Amino acid sequence: MIEVLDLTVGWGDTRLLENASFRVARGDVFAILGGSGCGKSTTLRFLTGLEQPLSGSIHIDGVGAPRLVEGRPPFGVMFQHGALFGSMTVVENVALPLREWTRLPPDVVHAMARAKLRLVGLEGAADKLPSELSGGMKKRAAIARAMALEPELLFLDEPSAGLDPVMSAGLDELILTLKRVVGLTVVVVTHELQSIFAIVDQCILLDKETRSIIARGRPSELRESGDPRIHSFFNRTAEAV
Amino acid sequence: MASAELAVPRAALIPGQGSSARRLIPLRGELRMRDADALWPELSAAVEEIHDGTVTFDLTGVSVMDGGILSLLLHLRAVLAERGARLDLFGANERIAALIELYGGNDRVARLVPKRAEGLVEQVGRATVSVLDEARLVVEFLGQMVVAAVNVARRPRTGNWHDTLPFVEKTGVDALPIVLLINTLVGFVMAFQAAKQLAAYGANIYVADLVGLSVTRELAPLMTAIIVCGRSGAAIAAELGTMKVSEEIDALRIMGFGTVNYLVLPRALALLLVVPVLTLLADIVGIAGGMLVASISLGVSRQAYWNETLIAVHPHDVATGLIKSAAFAMTIALIACQQGFATSGGAEGVGRRATSTVVASLFCIVLIDTLFTVLFRALDV
Ligand SMILES: Nc1ncnc2c1ncn2[C@@H]1O[C@H](COP(=O)(O)OP(=O)(O)OP(=O)(O)O)[C@@H](O)[C@H]1O
Ligand SMILES: [Mg+2]
Repeated sequence: MIEVLDLTVGWGDTRLLENASFRVARGDVFAILGGSGCGKSTTLRFLTGLEQPLSGSIHIDGVGAPRLVEGRPPFGVMFQHGALFGSMTVVENVALPLREWTRLPPDVVHAMARAKLRLVGLEGAADKLPSELSGGMKKRAAIARAMALEPELLFLDEPSAGLDPVMSAGLDELILTLKRVVGLTVVVVTHELQSIFAIVDQCILLDKETRSIIARGRPSELRESGDPRIHSFFNRTAEAV
Repeated sequence: MASAELAVPRAALIPGQGSSARRLIPLRGELRMRDADALWPELSAAVEEIHDGTVTFDLTGVSVMDGGILSLLLHLRAVLAERGARLDLFGANERIAALIELYGGNDRVARLVPKRAEGLVEQVGRATVSVLDEARLVVEFLGQMVVAAVNVARRPRTGNWHDTLPFVEKTGVDALPIVLLINTLVGFVMAFQAAKQLAAYGANIYVADLVGLSVTRELAPLMTAIIVCGRSGAAIAAELGTMKVSEEIDALRIMGFGTVNYLVLPRALALLLVVPVLTLLADIVGIAGGMLVASISLGVSRQAYWNETLIAVHPHDVATGLIKSAAFAMTIALIACQQGFATSGGAEGVGRRATSTVVASLFCIVLIDTLFTVLFRALDV
């Protein structure tokens, strides 16, 4: 689904990741893991075409190199902090892509947006403004918006951070179901170990020091790794040097 | 515990060999943050003369030390490293050793690199370059706006029309009271200032010419633009800036929206519609303000004043004012939207951009006003 070759990622003169290559298979839940500030969100910005690669290439099936073009978006993106439009209610936020990129009548659009909100357990807050939501509610509203156009490919930046365990498990369940039923491909940034072991098929672990991918594979395999940096990440221990 | 006990016992300091500086400095007692004020001068005095070799703090006699004091010692070590000397900590008990580990006290000392202060010439140079950079960005943004506007003009269905009306209301209707009030006062003040001079020549009636021409050609467009700039320019920059820093603009781009088309054009269009209308109303109330003064303190009847105004002020005088005001509106929209889009750096960045929007817009408005005045004079209109 996504093929990344020798990608270099960074801001200005700083490099966060150098010459990284990986591929995301269709229908997989693929996780980008790593310590805080190592460049996971930034990598997503490059994968979604918000930034152009400093070197290397990205290829997405059916899209090619991700570029921002005006028109129906080829995938859904949920930003780490939600990025909901502050001047619109929650349901209007979710309805916006539908309103813009379909010819459906307004009441249908509205009903579809509400259905998406029901999916993330947010139907009761449909008419609130984003400023009236808690952090976890904003996340869920943003997920609903990312899924509004039923994309085949979904990028989620820390979807379950700030959610309670029940909500978080519900979200995992949702992702697994969508993956099974509609063949959704998901690229997710997350720190939740439980969630990683529950839903992630393949993952890469980024490292700030070496600016590279230091591990890749199935989470359950990486947990048994001998490398202390990898071991400590998957076993939630402070890194012993 | 008395702080004298905690301080470095000078008597215990052992003189260093072959150097006037002391090389082994024993500390003792409980060293806590609350004694830092007293401790720091003594510690720094103790190592003041050391410029080479190694100096050791002997912690054997220290029973308790907290992180604050430890960070003083570590800072001292960095200072010494700058001078080319080394500081070792020796004899720490188990708990203190753990603290040193936690604070990274065993790591190699990073050299402090002091920032070189910038000279006046460099500062002026950098400011000039950054102003030129900003100007280039504004021109680029103008290009994007024109492209987007042309595209929308070709395919009107793609325009974000339904957002325009609320902006017309916000920038126009809501500004109406203040625009009317200020422009009335401007006409009033002008007539009042002129009244005495004109009366001396028995030329009372010409107050109508004076007020009518200055208001329509110059003052109403300028004052209105200044008010709109302060109200709406700053508001637009702050709104777009907030959207930028909270990644809302990125979210729109990801969702396939043309951000210039979707966010900038409705605001620009609203300003372009609203500012000339406000200016026209400002013309009327400005003249009315003059009329009020003339009829009260100059003995000019309202009818006479009005007739004189109609003789003095030609339609093209009003038109030049309106052309100016449209240019001002575009300037405000351009600068406010560009600054909003260029925002980075959280809430502070938003405030900075709102301020720079007002400053830059006012500067450009006055500049454009000057250019137009010269141009109209040259064309004799
Ligand atoms: N707009 C920006 N401009 C410049 N540097 C940035 C910007 N945003 C982030 N950075 C820097 O890029 C680095 C990586 O940031 P990023 O947000 O990608 O981290 P992350 O891996 O997502 O961390 P977290 O898990 O905390 O979300 C950080 O060191 C940060 O300082
Ligand atoms: Mg992040």
